[in-house]
Amino acid sequence: MTWLNIVIQGALVGGFYALFACGLSLMFGVMKVINLAHGDVAVVAGYTAVFLAPKFGVSPLWSFVVVVPVFALLGYVVQRTLIQKSIDRDPFTTLLVTFGLSVLIENLLLEVYTANGQSINIGSLIGSSFQLSSTIYISYVSLVVLGVAVAVLGALQIFLGHTKTGRLIRAVSDDREAAQLSGANYRHIFGIAAGIAFATVALAGIAYGMTTEFAPSSGVTNLIYAFEAVVVGGIGSLWGTLVGGIAIGIAQQLGEHINPEYQVLAGNLLFLVVLAVRPNGLFGKKTAPS
Amino acid sequence: MSTRESLSSLDVRRSTHSPLITLVGSVVLVSLFSVAPWIVPAWFASILMNFFILVIMATMWNLLAGYSGMVSIGQQAFVGLGAYATLFFAIKGMSPLAAIPLAALACGVIALPVTYLLFRLRGGYFSIATWVVADTAMIIIGTVAYLGGGTGHYLPGLSNFDPVSLTHVQYLASWSVALVVVIGTYVLLRSRLGLVLASMRDNEVAARSAGAHVTSARRIVFIVAAAGCGAAGAVLAISQPFVQPGNEFSMSWTAEMLFASMIGGLGTIEGPIIGSVVYFVLFQWLGQYGAWYFIVFGSLAVGIAIWQPRGLWGALRDRFHVELLPVGHWVRERRSAK
Repeated sequence: MTWLNIVIQGALVGGFYALFACGLSLMFGVMKVINLAHGDVAVVAGYTAVFLAPKFGVSPLWSFVVVVPVFALLGYVVQRTLIQKSIDRDPFTTLLVTFGLSVLIENLLLEVYTANGQSINIGSLIGSSFQLSSTIYISYVSLVVLGVAVAVLGALQIFLGHTKTGRLIRAVSDDREAAQLSGANYRHIFGIAAGIAFATVALAGIAYGMTTEFAPSSGVTNLIYAFEAVVVGGIGSLWGTLVGGIAIGIAQQLGEHINPEYQVLAGNLLFLVVLAVRPNGLFGKKTAPS
Repeated sequence: MSTRESLSSLDVRRSTHSPLITLVGSVVLVSLFSVAPWIVPAWFASILMNFFILVIMATMWNLLAGYSGMVSIGQQAFVGLGAYATLFFAIKGMSPLAAIPLAALACGVIALPVTYLLFRLRGGYFSIATWVVADTAMIIIGTVAYLGGGTGHYLPGLSNFDPVSLTHVQYLASWSVALVVVIGTYVLLRSRLGLVLASMRDNEVAARSAGAHVTSARRIVFIVAAAGCGAAGAVLAISQPFVQPGNEFSMSWTAEMLFASMIGGLGTIEGPIIGSVVYFVLFQWLGQYGAWYFIVFGSLAVGIAIWQPRGLWGALRDRFHVELLPVGHWVRERRSAK
């Protein structure tokens, strides 16, 4: 029964990692850059829901309705200004700039809101769960987060495959110049992709704040897990990321079961083993990313 | 005009001025810094000591990113491992000073297998993977009770110094390692490896097709940078002298080395040193307002990366055509030829 519980709880966390990671994969797929401040965007969304939303009369539980669209807009703007400027130099500069932003955001949050843990108050919902067997409890919030993750990944898959904008995004990610020659404004498409990435990671940040406490440093730690999910699942595959997230989640639960200190270590080790044995991940394309 | 004649009218030089000036200037500076703890006030010697630690780290990070295009955001792994290797040898009864080269060596040895994993990833994915390595190293070290576990351990072996000579020893340790690292990097970049790195930076595909061993060059640089950061960690442990996972494996070491080399100018020997000076000037000026000095330092780095990617030194060099520590070649027409 313990084993079943480890798998179930791991899968629940894994859904969250996939939700957190899908924007990271999308931006890499489209712009060939990694936003190292991706995790910090989630934390800023969490702080916005806790501190800013109540000032406008929005309850924390429903804050995502406002925060997510605002972050989509923010993503578009940040992409068209700061990130585009660094992409125009080279991908290398983008790494330096987004890493700098990550450190800046974390330290600003520390100065303004201290290192104290915060959480999004959802009242009695936080504790409510249903019982699967005598030892296995499933929290409703975690289940909803997993459901949201699957829904977001599915929606993203349909959006990329079957809509005009989605096709444009894929065209630009395949060949930027060719798409530009055919009349697609790739900078605008980059902005849209960043908008989606910021929106999904803001949603992940709020979901995180509802299930547990977060602090300025949570962005960095969750980015590592999300990244591990992407690589384990295979770079470039959305459903692979979900499977990778669940694999990392289960590894962490297993590690924690052996010794609470090993929770993070087990996830890291799974990542390193996959990197050594199957560098393209479980569902990755054959070619290595360049 | 035949090719031979046209070639003979070209002059290939490395320095923009007489190397003698650089040499004399270096000797004067080195002598001054070597006697500094006996001349300057103790608080200033302490700042200099920390400055040298940052110079070591920034120089190594610049070698990785500025010369080889590897953005490692997990260099704190080797700072931490170097500090812990020093602690390990000190507990075993060795003098921490004698342990510095061993700690550097240990980090280089650990880095070798790590490159085989990390080099499977490129660009941003490589970066985050270095982070995972650092995180893993910190967790593993934190579980070793012999080395103090998560709470840390006092560095033994320094109790036979009286307080004043201890500060002198700490200063000289950090100064001499910085000197070795900067000179070593200079020599390395002027060697054949430096040439491979330069060709790789200009055009990797062309370098590969011309037979340059790009991956081996990267591997050597990664190992050297790990050893250098390990030495910085060893000096850090000696300067504190207390070793704790959360401090030695702190992400902020990487942020500092990255910001310092970006502000000073990536891809030059002088850049990271100038960036480290900027860091300590800002720290003196804004240090009393919490982490704000760090926020200003980081904003400066981000701004420079976008608008002045060659950094402060790059801007000065382009403006005045000066090279203090030249690693490239200057080709110009010989004046007497015409």
